[in-house]
Amino acid sequence: MTAVQKRVFINKVALTLSTLSALIALGFLFWILGVLVMKGISALNWNIFIFDGAPPGNPESGLKHALVGQAILIGMATAIGVPLGILAGTYLSEYGKNSKLAHTIRDISDIMMSAPSIVIGAFVYAIVVMPMGHFSAWAGAIALGIIMIPVILRTTDDMLQLVPGELREAAFALGAPKYKVILSVVYRGAKAGILTGVLLGIARVGGETAPLLFTSFNDNFFTTDLNEAMPSLTVTIFNYATSPYEDWQQLGWAAAFILSMFILGLNILGRLILLATKKRK
Amino acid sequence: MIDKIYFNTARLSALFVLVIVAWIFVVLFNHSLEAMHTFGLDFITKDEWAPNLDKFGAYAAILGSIISTFLAMLLAVPIAIGVAIFLSEIAHDKIKGFFGVSVELLAAIPSVIYGMWGLFFFVPIIRDIFGGLGIGLLAAGIVLAIMILPFMAAVTRDAMNTTPDILKESAYALGGTQWDVIKDIIIPYAKAGIIGSLILALGRAIGETMAVTFVMGNVHHVPKSILDPTTSIPVTLANEFSEADSSLYFSSLFGLALTLLIMSFVVIAVAKFYFLRKARKTS
Repeated sequence: MTAVQKRVFINKVALTLSTLSALIALGFLFWILGVLVMKGISALNWNIFIFDGAPPGNPESGLKHALVGQAILIGMATAIGVPLGILAGTYLSEYGKNSKLAHTIRDISDIMMSAPSIVIGAFVYAIVVMPMGHFSAWAGAIALGIIMIPVILRTTDDMLQLVPGELREAAFALGAPKYKVILSVVYRGAKAGILTGVLLGIARVGGETAPLLFTSFNDNFFTTDLNEAMPSLTVTIFNYATSPYEDWQQLGWAAAFILSMFILGLNILGRLILLATKKRK
Repeated sequence: MIDKIYFNTARLSALFVLVIVAWIFVVLFNHSLEAMHTFGLDFITKDEWAPNLDKFGAYAAILGSIISTFLAMLLAVPIAIGVAIFLSEIAHDKIKGFFGVSVELLAAIPSVIYGMWGLFFFVPIIRDIFGGLGIGLLAAGIVLAIMILPFMAAVTRDAMNTTPDILKESAYALGGTQWDVIKDIIIPYAKAGIIGSLILALGRAIGETMAVTFVMGNVHHVPKSILDPTTSIPVTLANEFSEADSSLYFSSLFGLALTLLIMSFVVIAVAKFYFLRKARKTS
């Protein structure tokens, strides 16, 4: 083999290996997705949306309690995380800009975004569950809200910075005070971006299980009492999947399917919104 | 007037992020004081975890975290780099778009689902091949590897994509093959970014709870082989936090949480502030 042939040969081997690893990765991931869809769809039926959790063996059992609980938890978390995240992002982009404080906050928030979520659960256990003396929906929502803040903060900060400075200057020239400029010019310009951030934030906390295990805990019954333990889809998946009962495991797959579709849907919607606004410009 | 109010609310919200992080450290530290006083260094060097005797040594859990993460990295890193090379250099534009988006979407799938899949589909395979329970370090390492793979591949690809085209084209003009360009231009150029991305994925893997809780076993023993069931810090927390009954037990669990937070904080900070910042400066 000449030197050139050798290089061409090595090139082929390396590229094949790399393509192969892509195929392996894709294979595993589609295996998981395939299992999820097959198992999930075969376990889906109307009873799931009509009935609450029941002891194993009861044909009239469903996931209504967990679906409603999940919606309540996510709704409350959004109410905590979105305003704080957007306001903090606004501060970074519009007031703090390149100051040392703003950079520190960005860095810390970035680290928090990757910090273990179960630790947030332990923290909320200490500050909410222990003083209250019992698990509650409040605790779960606070834990999820804390996890949501860095995600929203980051996207808001990035998206507001994309709004051209001339727009702000034009509004200032008309005599608008700064808060007016932010509210009616900057936010309006970055509307789609902020919305995408919110959707991604909801998608991020929607799949969280670990921080709920010992904050909102779980319950097999329907409840809307925020001072009580609150069932959630994710913890229900965990409990049902690790139970020895066949029908609970089936419900677990149905719950996993519903949850994944919800989260993938939010992600795709967020991307579409961004794409649509990019095209319009 | 409203201007001031708005400014102050925004600033308070931003400061709140710093307050929360500090608060988390303080709360976890305070609650783990009792365990620290009782056990001292034994807390991280002894592996006897016996709630009924009020003896808590976290060595097995810490070791389990480190080994399972190490296994996951060992399996995921080569594949992730392969995928990243494929996505940034080999794939056609159309495939690139489809493949790239599906990798990113897969990174969004909740980890509890990876764990559930591992328990029902992967653990039996390991049991058939190697015997034993199937549950243990190996299963945890593999499930963890699959779980972090999409994230790792996506960020590594982004790092590789920062290489300027002009550098690559110059190398091609000199007669380099694609592999020559990858190994002599892209990898040296994007080295800091690639390492940073890999470490960032490592930081996520250490704290990952649900993907491994299903398949780890939660047994407080130092494993003799990677097929043995053992435990890790997040697995212990997930299984025992809602069952703890004595204040020393709680304090030990808070100690574990603090240990985990410090470990992942350090790893993520190294990735972000050392490697990724360096990468941003050179590009």
